[in-house]
Amino acid sequence: MKALRPLGWLYLALAYAFIFLPVVVLVVYSFQDGRLPVPPFKGVTLEWYGKILSDRDLVAAMGNSILLAVLTSALALVLGFLAAHGLARVRLPGSGLMRLVLIAPMTVSYLIIALGLLQVFNQVGVRPSLVTAGIGHVVINLPLCFAICFAAMGDQQKSAERAARDLGAAEWQVLVQVSAPMLAPALAAAFFLSVTFSWDEFIIAFLLTRFDVTLPVEIWSMLKSGLSPATNAVGSLVFLISVIAVVLAEILVVRRRG
Amino acid sequence: MTAGVEIERVSQHYGRAKALEDVSLSIAAGEFVVLLGPSGCGKTTLLNLIGGFAEPSSGRVLIGGRDMAGIGPRARPTTTVFQDYALFPHMTLGQNVGFGLKMRGVARAARQARAAEMLALVGLEGRSGVRPHELSGGQRQRVALARALAVEPDVLLLDEPLGALDLKLRRQMQDELKAIQRRVGTTFVHVTHDQEEAMAIADRIVVMNAGRIEDDGPPSRVYLRPRSLFSAGFMGEVNKIPVTNGQSPLGPLMPGTGTLCLRPEAIGDQGELPLGPARLEEVAFFGTHIRARFAPQAAPDLPLMVHLPQGAEARPGMMTNLFANNPVLL
Repeated sequence: MKALRPLGWLYLALAYAFIFLPVVVLVVYSFQDGRLPVPPFKGVTLEWYGKILSDRDLVAAMGNSILLAVLTSALALVLGFLAAHGLARVRLPGSGLMRLVLIAPMTVSYLIIALGLLQVFNQVGVRPSLVTAGIGHVVINLPLCFAICFAAMGDQQKSAERAARDLGAAEWQVLVQVSAPMLAPALAAAFFLSVTFSWDEFIIAFLLTRFDVTLPVEIWSMLKSGLSPATNAVGSLVFLISVIAVVLAEILVVRRRG
Repeated sequence: MTAGVEIERVSQHYGRAKALEDVSLSIAAGEFVVLLGPSGCGKTTLLNLIGGFAEPSSGRVLIGGRDMAGIGPRARPTTTVFQDYALFPHMTLGQNVGFGLKMRGVARAARQARAAEMLALVGLEGRSGVRPHELSGGQRQRVALARALAVEPDVLLLDEPLGALDLKLRRQMQDELKAIQRRVGTTFVHVTHDQEEAMAIADRIVVMNAGRIEDDGPPSRVYLRPRSLFSAGFMGEVNKIPVTNGQSPLGPLMPGTGTLCLRPEAIGDQGELPLGPARLEEVAFFGTHIRARFAPQAAPDLPLMVHLPQGAEARPGMMTNLFANNPVLL
């Protein structure tokens, strides 16, 4: 067994390299002191970061993306939590089916969801905007939030809620003072996962926005004019913010459990 | 703060299954009543009906003379101590105990003072800032008790509160429960399947089986003069001897027809009812008594279990004339 250990480490290193090499290359060439983000690496410069941060459209798109990610995740979380709470508490004849239907959008591709929403909005006469893209993001994040909250609700939760009612808590007080705090780790995890999904979502945002675009859509239009270390720099920033969201989720979850 | 409970002809059906069948029960204010029975006998269902966690299919539940129909747990003058404690893990002990008062709009300072007072009552003074996961099972149960009592309920419902504790701790908590009940004077309705626990704490034991009340009375009466065979068997070990028109396998014993119930400790070498000669088959030393199995000469295949005093002479094979006390024919 001992002889196999170096092989194990090698396997691990290769696996990580496979996963992270593209990101590393992206980040490294965002510092490229040259016009093209391709080898050879010519030296380090922050020029491209300066350039994108002074690009007003890009910064506006980043603001849109952050706003969209936070607001739609919050909305998806509230709706998912309430649905999970209701379905976990009350046994109805169609409970299983309701659960299935709530989770079902996860299996539908974002493209289909985006096309469907686009047609619906056209029919109703709603113009594509950040709001319509937001609705799309709630559609994709609600099943995720619901599934995480539902999985986290156990018997301990139920009996604590029962005790709270017995002690005189109204239903909203049970939700706010007992259910939500007890589920805080799951709620935080669901929220930050939603944020990362919404943050780098492209297809829905592309089809459902027009002028107030999100960052992925802005990057896509940058790519149309060819490769540049500037796109690498934007990509690195997108990655950095995703990492922050994941780390925050991790810290919140671990701290609550500890 | 105490009130009586009236259960008037209550039935509870879950689909076809009948959890309670025409049950009536009157509990006086300040009484410590134990609902005793095997699992599935309806005792927890009855407790849930009093607490408002379920509505009866028919019949009425009154607390302090008020009909409780349509009133949920939140608005009832009852609180419950749950078997799994159901403490709020994200709150300190002080916040747990003060929760009910918070829901009633009591100011923070008053709440904290009351919580500290209740924690002291259950022997946890000075532990307000601790969280439930730092406590042992017995301590958690005490917090659950303090939390339920903090709002001064008229009736406290206890759903197998000691079921998760080990035997020694359970006996200790029984004594404390009884002492606390005397102190606060609240009506306690306690559910258990442990007959020793029931006898240790109850003013009155209500024996239940298959959705009905089998027996109802003070512990000594229910133990010594049970009203049904089920009650006799559930309250403790019993020797059952069939009697038909005064005749039994042991010869003529007492007039009537039924099952003669004799507790093992009520049989010995003297007593009011002669059982005839019997051979000692097997003995075991139990500390507080000697447990012996006798085969009566008249009916060797109807063994009698007897508890002899500690110092009694007991050798397998010896013959003794047995007598019984407190015979009950059911």
